[in-house]
Amino acid sequence: MAECGASGSGSSGDSLDKSITLPPDEIFRNLENAKRFAIDIGGSLTKLAYYSTVQHKVAKVRSFDHSDKKFDELLHLASRGQHANVDTLVQDIYGGAHQTLGLSGNLIASSFGKSATADTEFSKEDLAKSLLHMISNDIGQLACLYAKLHCLDRVYFGGFFIRGHPVTMRTITYSINFFSKGEVQALFLRHEGYLGAIGAFLKGAEQDNPNQYSWEENYAGSSGLMSSSPELCPTQRARSGAFDLLEMDRLERPLVNLPLLLDPSSYVPDTVDLTDDALARKYWLTCFEEALDGVVKRAVASQPGSVDAAERAEKFRQKYWNKLQTLRHQPFAYGALTVRSLLDTREHCLNEFNFPDPYSKVKQKDNGVALKCFQRVIHSLDALGWEERQLALVKGLLAGNVFDWGAKAVSDVLESDPQFGFEEAKRKLQERPWLVDSYSKWLQRLKGPPHKCALIFADNSGVDVILGVFPFVRELLSRGTEVILACNSGPALNDVTYSESLIVAERIAAMDPVVRAALREGRLLLVQTGSSSPCLDLSRLDEGLAVLVRERGADLVVIEGMGRAVHTNYHAALRCESLKLAVIKNSWLAERLGGRLFSVIFKYEVPAE
Amino acid sequence: MGAGRLGAPMERHWGVAATSASSGREPAPGGADGRRREPLRRRANSASAPAVGASASAEGVRRDRPGSYSGATSASRQRVESLRKKRPHVQEVWELWDHSASWQCRGMSWIFEELLLALTSLSFLFPLRLPMLKSFFPWFGLDIGGTLVKLVYFEPKDITAEEEEEEVESLKSIRKYLTSNVAYGSTGIRDVHLELKDLTLCGRKGNLHFIRFPTHDMPAFIQMGRDKNFSSLHTVFCATGGGAYKFEQDFLTIGDLQLCKLDELDCLIKGILYIDSVGFNGRSQCYYFENPADSEKCQKLPFDLRNPYPLLLVNIGSGVSILAVYSKDNYKRVTGTSLGGGTFFGLCCLLTGCTTFEEALEMASRGDSTKVDKLVRDIYGGDYERFGLPGWAVASSFGNMMSKEKREAVSKEDLARATLITITNNIGSIARMCALNENINQVVFVGNFLRINTIAMRLLAYALDYWSKGQLKALFSEHEGYFGAVGALLELLKIP
Repeated sequence: MAECGASGSGSSGDSLDKSITLPPDEIFRNLENAKRFAIDIGGSLTKLAYYSTVQHKVAKVRSFDHSDKKFDELLHLASRGQHANVDTLVQDIYGGAHQTLGLSGNLIASSFGKSATADTEFSKEDLAKSLLHMISNDIGQLACLYAKLHCLDRVYFGGFFIRGHPVTMRTITYSINFFSKGEVQALFLRHEGYLGAIGAFLKGAEQDNPNQYSWEENYAGSSGLMSSSPELCPTQRARSGAFDLLEMDRLERPLVNLPLLLDPSSYVPDTVDLTDDALARKYWLTCFEEALDGVVKRAVASQPGSVDAAERAEKFRQKYWNKLQTLRHQPFAYGALTVRSLLDTREHCLNEFNFPDPYSKVKQKDNGVALKCFQRVIHSLDALGWEERQLALVKGLLAGNVFDWGAKAVSDVLESDPQFGFEEAKRKLQERPWLVDSYSKWLQRLKGPPHKCALIFADNSGVDVILGVFPFVRELLSRGTEVILACNSGPALNDVTYSESLIVAERIAAMDPVVRAALREGRLLLVQTGSSSPCLDLSRLDEGLAVLVRERGADLVVIEGMGRAVHTNYHAALRCESLKLAVIKNSWLAERLGGRLFSVIFKYEVPAE
Repeated sequence: MGAGRLGAPMERHWGVAATSASSGREPAPGGADGRRREPLRRRANSASAPAVGASASAEGVRRDRPGSYSGATSASRQRVESLRKKRPHVQEVWELWDHSASWQCRGMSWIFEELLLALTSLSFLFPLRLPMLKSFFPWFGLDIGGTLVKLVYFEPKDITAEEEEEEVESLKSIRKYLTSNVAYGSTGIRDVHLELKDLTLCGRKGNLHFIRFPTHDMPAFIQMGRDKNFSSLHTVFCATGGGAYKFEQDFLTIGDLQLCKLDELDCLIKGILYIDSVGFNGRSQCYYFENPADSEKCQKLPFDLRNPYPLLLVNIGSGVSILAVYSKDNYKRVTGTSLGGGTFFGLCCLLTGCTTFEEALEMASRGDSTKVDKLVRDIYGGDYERFGLPGWAVASSFGNMMSKEKREAVSKEDLARATLITITNNIGSIARMCALNENINQVVFVGNFLRINTIAMRLLAYALDYWSKGQLKALFSEHEGYFGAVGALLELLKIP
């Protein structure tokens, strides 16, 4: 249905006999710089997607069409109508007796049935509502029949008919539930009308460099789902104009599933769906609102030489604040709402205003401080007996994890007390038994044969990676286990990035023969995850990492930190042993999980045979 | 279409038949109601009054069914004796009674009557085989749908002179009225061409008549029942369809008639199986279309439904019910859709201003839906070959009507045609999906939407064949809309 690279005024269908007049809108002005665009000429609307190399982003826009406005009007009309005035309901045929038959009297027996039997005039609103019900029910029914035929339990609805209108979505959902007796789920897509255009665009883009890169939505640039209801937010609809925007960043490397996922098709990274969980949603939105000041301050401080840093930071604050407000009113505006999406949105917004790495200085300083302590830590560990050492290593991992600028409770302490040390952190930790504690099982496992290869996802810079992760890595290496240390490709909070990890490893290697030898012999490998998020999506990892995991036959995955092991992946099922560790640095979450601040999660899992 | 329209002229017909003496003087319908009602009611009352002429009142009693033995309470043993002489099949039962129970109750014959009546009432619940029950004329089956009421009436042709003699006037008049007219009031119609001749039902020979009128005339029908004192002859009507529930109370309070309510889908299946088994006056009941898409080569051919099971039954009335039938009494309702005949007619009324189904179909026959619908070729300029979508397939029903110019270029006939095609295609595709899901390849389409609707039938036949690549066969039946009513009649007679 789409043509690639067709010009905006071109058309193959005879139904589209007019040239498309582009409205004078900034979004179309970008088109002049567009390197590539795709056009989807449908039956009634033309959809356009383009890629502008200047921005390295894809935007998709919708052309104006006068019938379009009418469509919205029609739905608006429908939302005010009563279909029962036009449709023959079961109760119209059965009288009051439908109850005794176990039928719902409100079921439509015959759509438009009353328009044949009465001489009355029908209101436009009622007719529009009846029509909407008729079409939506019919679509739902047919979809159900096809789903049943092919044994599918999810139906995705795309296309411009839906247009984010709640009446339509509700009727379709109702219809799907009714006809499938709840067995089939109706799902909707934020950019439902543009799938053809986006697909055509991606198809065209693939012709150049097949599989050389990936796309990722940029939440800062994308528009959310249009207003939920025409009555509620007529201005929002008008203000946002007649176009939706989907901004996608082109990542220069392809992303793939972690080969160790037990069932990639059912894997969902996020632990809590905030769209569902209203209580958690309220908490997290407030939490991110409250943390905003600190983030803005940090951003300004990270660029002391810049004259407009304060101004940009203020713009960032506005943008992110607005996103949070949108999400309060429409939690599903950007798809499923999760802690991950909130964190990612913040990173995207920071990037948008040119704060790519607000923590770079902090990370450097932390790394410097931590490196100085490295040898001392190693010595004291080596002085311990085997069993004590294992516990100390794990405690070190956990204590290091307390050093996290992403968590408000910690960033407050760090801001006010920079001397907050490693030992101090250890004291803060919860005593065993931990909130989730399978340490004994882990210790038991360590008494057995060594793992072949461990894949470790590191979290924060500084104390965490240097005094927590590296001693643990060193111990694994001494056991004869190979280690793949995976760090983020791009910056996010104070998380250690791949490039930083290379420097850190080099500095440690200079001090420690075990690490040095392992690096030289290729038993310790540093890789990038492909991500720039404080969370971890195991279904979108750098291809190089996946290849390595397969080659080395990784049989242990260690995931560290709240963002990667609690907000995401807490329930992730893997085909090999896994260790998920985190310190709960958020009292609300700790309470919710039944613990207190600085409670410890130590989750060691062995896949069922 | 006022509710009174059917009633008033029907009054007159009834009047002619029922009060032959005064018929000549009968004035125009309407004003005379009050006057005419008087003598009728008096006679009706007299029929159930114990003191009046034995045979007539006995008839009245004998025809009574449960709920109305008001007229039977004082019947005497004597009347029963006289009955026994006249009606040999009644005798069987009475002999049975003599053996089993009469010794207890001799001298209390009125209790006998009561008991007998109670028993007959039970026969609705339990299949008691009392042959005498089957001879209580008139035999009606009623199907009160969302749009139309379907009435089947069995006209006995083997009435003996004796029976004729003792047949009460009102019964006789019903028979004559129904069988000598083809239209009742301004909206009631007897489908003469569907009449089944020389049918044997319960040992009686006769003709089966098929009558329909709009459901909104139901109040007038009930009023007529009251005026004609139906309750004195046949107090239980076997009725199915939603209206059996909706109008039950009206039947009782206005017409003093008790409805025996029957499930419409049970009746539908019973009806279709029975009617198919008796054929259509020597011809086949079931048929299909050969070359449905080619108006010159298209042929309606008989189909032998000898192995009916499994069968997908698509009943297109105001709405649509789809049933999967596995045997005589094993079926399930697979699904339904509210886009049915009522939708077609309703939308046609709105779009074209037509007032009758016939008019809507007539307009549709002259229209061109491709001016209204957006076809695959309108979007693709040809076929969408990759997914086997031919250019002529409808991509968007009414899709062209988004454009002002195209709206101005279409006629009412085009709109009627497009409505018909839209509804029919939708039913066809839902039916096809159901057939696939249920693994059934015979699909029988029935219901009054298909009456005089060759366009829809041929489209269903073609669409089913085309999209199933010849796997599915669309079948039709001559008495398309009457099966529910037939089923109700069979239930009355307890024919399995």
